Amino acid sequence: MGKKHRLTNILFLTPAVLSFSLVMIVPFFLGIYYSMTDFNGVRSVLTFVGFDNYKAMFTEPAFLYSFLVTLEYTVINVILVNVVAFFLSLLVTSNVPGKNVLRAGFFVPNLIGGIVLGYIWQFIFNNVLTALGTNLGISFLEKTLIGNKNTVIWAMSFVNIWQYAGYIMMIYVAAIQGIPANLMEAASVDGANYWVRLRKILIPMMANSFTITLFLTLTNSFKMFDLNTSLTQGGPAGMYMLKAVKTSEMLALNIYNTAITKNLWGQGQAKAIMFFIMLVIVSLVQVSINKKKEVEM
Amino acid sequence: MQAAGVQSKRGGAHVRRVAGQWVKTILSFLLFLLFMAPFILVVINSAKTAVEISFSPVSLPSNWGQMGENITNTLNNPNFSYWSAFRDSAIITFFSLVVIVLASAMCAWVLVRNKTWWSNLIFMILVASMVIPFQVVMLPLVQWLRMMGNFLGIKLSGTYVGIVLCYLGFGMALSVFIFHGFIKTVPLELEEAADIDGCSRAGVFFRIVLPLLQPTAVTVLILNGIWIWNDYLLPLLVLGSNGSVQTLPLAVSMFAGSYIKQWDLLLTSTLLAMLPVIVLFIFAQRYIIKGMVEGSIK
Repeated sequence: MGKKHRLTNILFLTPAVLSFSLVMIVPFFLGIYYSMTDFNGVRSVLTFVGFDNYKAMFTEPAFLYSFLVTLEYTVINVILVNVVAFFLSLLVTSNVPGKNVLRAGFFVPNLIGGIVLGYIWQFIFNNVLTALGTNLGISFLEKTLIGNKNTVIWAMSFVNIWQYAGYIMMIYVAAIQGIPANLMEAASVDGANYWVRLRKILIPMMANSFTITLFLTLTNSFKMFDLNTSLTQGGPAGMYMLKAVKTSEMLALNIYNTAITKNLWGQGQAKAIMFFIMLVIVSLVQVSINKKKEVEM
Repeated sequence: MQAAGVQSKRGGAHVRRVAGQWVKTILSFLLFLLFMAPFILVVINSAKTAVEISFSPVSLPSNWGQMGENITNTLNNPNFSYWSAFRDSAIITFFSLVVIVLASAMCAWVLVRNKTWWSNLIFMILVASMVIPFQVVMLPLVQWLRMMGNFLGIKLSGTYVGIVLCYLGFGMALSVFIFHGFIKTVPLELEEAADIDGCSRAGVFFRIVLPLLQPTAVTVLILNGIWIWNDYLLPLLVLGSNGSVQTLPLAVSMFAGSYIKQWDLLLTSTLLAMLPVIVLFIFAQRYIIKGMVEGSIK
């Protein structure tokens, strides 16, 4: 091919490379610079403050609490979303009637945006469940679950599982359908019962998709924002290290509130970069563990 | 005696299998109901007055005609401009999708067909960028759009052009990646034949390659389409909460901010916001599920 296509090549690459550079590359490097300034979104003359913004976040109770809550939420969701999704995938690949309707039904919450879902679930937690709790005498439900700092993370996780499990289920379904049917039949003829077949054949054959689904649920939970803003706005309030904190304010929301609500863009940006570094570390560890497991299986 | 024993044993296994089948069927029905419950609650409560909702949020509405009234009230509410938000969402999603599909297909094709240092470098940067969360670039992006807008003399914050540019850039990595994977499997012979016949390089792409990419393009369209239609944070930052251009998620969140706890109107607004996607899903269910699953596995 060589040089005669050079002009076409350049023309074909330009829209992609230019737009990508303008909204990803430039802001990425600009962000590293802003994280070391006192930028507030308006000021045009910036003062360089070195690593002060980075140091500040480690003594800020709200940020540390956000970090812990995000970790808790991520662990809960990585486990539960995958367990529920795996169970659902076994259900909808068995001989149960109405499989396609079930799959579509489990999948559909995933198509609705987190903002809209957050308001719907706010209504369910604040009005529907409390009404049920009062009428049926279930004391646990009488007060809203998103107004209690001990239950709010679980309430958010429940919504996330409801929203996300159907999607992960479809990835498992694709993997299960990729397993040759005669493999399972042969094991069945050899007298292996359902649990043995599940543990010795199905799960090892799906190792590759577990790497994907764990990665997806991990990054998705860690970056959670939309549902957080519309369902809880970070509330209810609580105390941490003798300071008032928002007990369901996860990292992404904390970054947004630091920058936009408190107008501390430089600090918000430093937190965002720390957020990025943590995300990379956590997901690298997860993928490398899973890859190792894939080989062992 | 022996024969009877064997038969009863077989009968036992049979009974167990039938019972298992029933348990599974009932369980899956209950799970289905649980998954649908939020949607059902939205529909029944969109047909109630505010008083009726607070009085009995789980009962069926006494008068379904109330739904029409709630919809009219929501649509005519000065704080919720459904039709203009719907139009803006549609315009933004449509134009973003057109440019994303064209630009990423062209880019991926050039990258696959030229095995050089620069094609490897561009591809690697694109793939690596996929780990960068939006939060890292969102604040500098807002400032950078202002700076670029001032420099070029066009408004990029709060306009269609600005937000479509953002979606083009943010959608590029995954879209190029998906097309790249597919184009690698397309045999070169077809293109070479067209080349010999005197077809221009661009002609080869638009006449030969692009039509072959159709199934992959559906995947790219669906993945980006669902994301852009539902996206909240980028429109919030680029368009602003009170800008003249508003997407549906922005409109719902603004409406919720001004009408918090007025659930008759708020639930009706969420119903109206969900409706387009649900209708689309009913008609294109197979493509949507396939597209979203394939996009993630690659």
